[in-house]
Amino acid sequence: MNGQPKIVFLGPQRRTPNVLDALRSLPGVDARAPVAIVSAGWEEREREQEEFEQHIRGRAINLEVYHRVEEIYTRDPAFRAAVRDRHDRLRALQRFYRDRLAYALDGARQLLAAEGDEDLVGPEREAAIEAVRAIDAHHFHRIQQIHAEFQQRLPYGRHQLVQAYRDQLRRQVADCSVLCIAGGHVAILLNRLRISGLLAIWPQDRPIVAWGAGAMALCERVVLFHDSPPQGPGNAEVLEMGLGVAEGIVPLPHATERMHLDDANRVTLFARRFGPAACVALDDGARVDWDGSTWSGAPQLRQLRATGEVAEVTV
Amino acid sequence: MTLAIHELKNKRIGPHEIERFLRAHSFPIVEDRVATFVYHGVAESVELVHWVYGLEQSQLFERVPGTHLWYFVMDLPERSRVEYKIGVTQGGQTHLVRDELNEHFARDPYGANSVVHGAGYEEPDWAFEQEGTRRGSLQSHTIQSAAFGDERKIEVYLPARFRPSRRYPLLIVHDGPDYLRFAALREVLDNLIDRLEIPGMIVALTESPNRLHEYANDERHAQHIVDELLPMLEREYPIAPTANARGLMGASFGAVASLSTAWRNPGVFGRLLLQSGSFAFTDIGHHDRGPVFDPVVEFVNEFRADPGQPTNSLYLSCGMYESLVYYNRSLVPLLQSTGMNVRFTEAPDGHNWENWRDRLREGLSWLFPGPLWMVYE
Repeated sequence: MNGQPKIVFLGPQRRTPNVLDALRSLPGVDARAPVAIVSAGWEEREREQEEFEQHIRGRAINLEVYHRVEEIYTRDPAFRAAVRDRHDRLRALQRFYRDRLAYALDGARQLLAAEGDEDLVGPEREAAIEAVRAIDAHHFHRIQQIHAEFQQRLPYGRHQLVQAYRDQLRRQVADCSVLCIAGGHVAILLNRLRISGLLAIWPQDRPIVAWGAGAMALCERVVLFHDSPPQGPGNAEVLEMGLGVAEGIVPLPHATERMHLDDANRVTLFARRFGPAACVALDDGARVDWDGSTWSGAPQLRQLRATGEVAEVTV
Repeated sequence: MTLAIHELKNKRIGPHEIERFLRAHSFPIVEDRVATFVYHGVAESVELVHWVYGLEQSQLFERVPGTHLWYFVMDLPERSRVEYKIGVTQGGQTHLVRDELNEHFARDPYGANSVVHGAGYEEPDWAFEQEGTRRGSLQSHTIQSAAFGDERKIEVYLPARFRPSRRYPLLIVHDGPDYLRFAALREVLDNLIDRLEIPGMIVALTESPNRLHEYANDERHAQHIVDELLPMLEREYPIAPTANARGLMGASFGAVASLSTAWRNPGVFGRLLLQSGSFAFTDIGHHDRGPVFDPVVEFVNEFRADPGQPTNSLYLSCGMYESLVYYNRSLVPLLQSTGMNVRFTEAPDGHNWENWRDRLREGLSWLFPGPLWMVYE
């Protein structure tokens, strides 16, 4: 361990829940101690935890991160306005990024599909993929800048209401043996987790289990993806900097439903764009473990490879 | 390419050849952009009856010499859907029947037609009940209408996991029960909501006892929808209180009713979904669509002269194989000129419920985008 909690990412829990198996397999988890659950990604539905408690066959302490932050917003409208202003800036930035990205992705896709003398096409293809990576990297850097500016202006940690909430949260999680973070709306979940400071509060010797947007929020970058949405081009995009407690991985919940994994060029482009991070398909029943320095997965866990294959994980 | 029917004709047709041919193919036989319709039986003549505008509505089959096998070959563009019947004449009487060799058919309020699918057409999986999909529910209401001086029945679809404490968008659907029966609207809503392609929404399914009259720009209809139905729905259900969260939808005359209601009440409905609208108009002289269209033509002519801005976003779809496509196409520039967001889709299909079903995903998700891109379960 590198001073980081053990982290487990799971596939979606609605149809094939495997969270109980995960909890039982974790060493040092006291089966009698309550499980802490964050489901802020489901917004006003956050308190609906019956399904989760059925999955774990036990009781859960809902940290109600969504509602607690809503309360802070209500009590301090200026704070809410500042967060909203940052949100608006990030969304404006996202629109500029999308425009640039669309052209770069078109070029990369055309070159990935191009046939001909490899000596001629190969370097062009590499340059096209690098151009996409450069746009992603620039965008990520700009997101970091906006967050840094915000934190300088209005550090969460010094905000009185946030501080009080964090103190309360510290007491709330003291007896919990494991933290579960469910999916939902990834931007809202990320925002609430940031304000709550939960990841800094959570004892590092206790594990975290996350799925869906929960897994995405814990990584370094939040990557949105869907290859055939009913509207829009379906270009995967970097949305945000994540909380960064899980490194070297891009989790892809419902990958088989959301992506054209049989399209080798698409798989290649995705894997190359976000490499060297492992782009891991988190479909129903999937599980991948992070011990603070390396990832390990069950044999059937699949990863998008630069070769265009979707094959067993070798992270 | 030699068509299967021509290969058969080129053979010496023995007693079992026809049976083998019928067993070897599914019918109609679709080969690239060509469909071969086949009828096997005793008849004086056989004809294909369809509703593709631009083609003869009735087209005679040829008989394979020395047999009771009849066929007709027709151009069928990719991804087309064509509904048809077969007219069989025996003893001087012609009977319209479904194609016995074709298992595909589509129901409508008048019965059912056989359907041929062009190459590449796929029935959308989101229009069928899917295992594991959370299902919404239907509630029935009766509303006293002062506008019409009678009672009206409506059904209200509530999305799965409906919560009274939440605010929902509202869609009011004309010919609602027909949309449920013939366009699988309930399954479509369940699936699109479950897949996060549209938000959970409340859908009011209305019907009219005299739609050709009431849907044709009848002032009472607009009054009923805006002054009676909408307030009742807002009392009974948690509906988001903005125009952009309210939509009207309809097909054929139902599309006329939707546009007319929104046009008479600008600012009330921010979303319109209009399918194969019967938007007949004239530039000069009289129309030739019969008296039932008189008020429609009058309305569309008035609308064209002064469209205003009846809504914010308008999704329009029409089949390429229906005569109404010419009216719908020519309305698009006018609609766009009003400043509304307009999307127009043409599909290689006709004036029928499955055409309207197949466009629902695009139309609904464009007008009411769901959180799919941001939500990861």
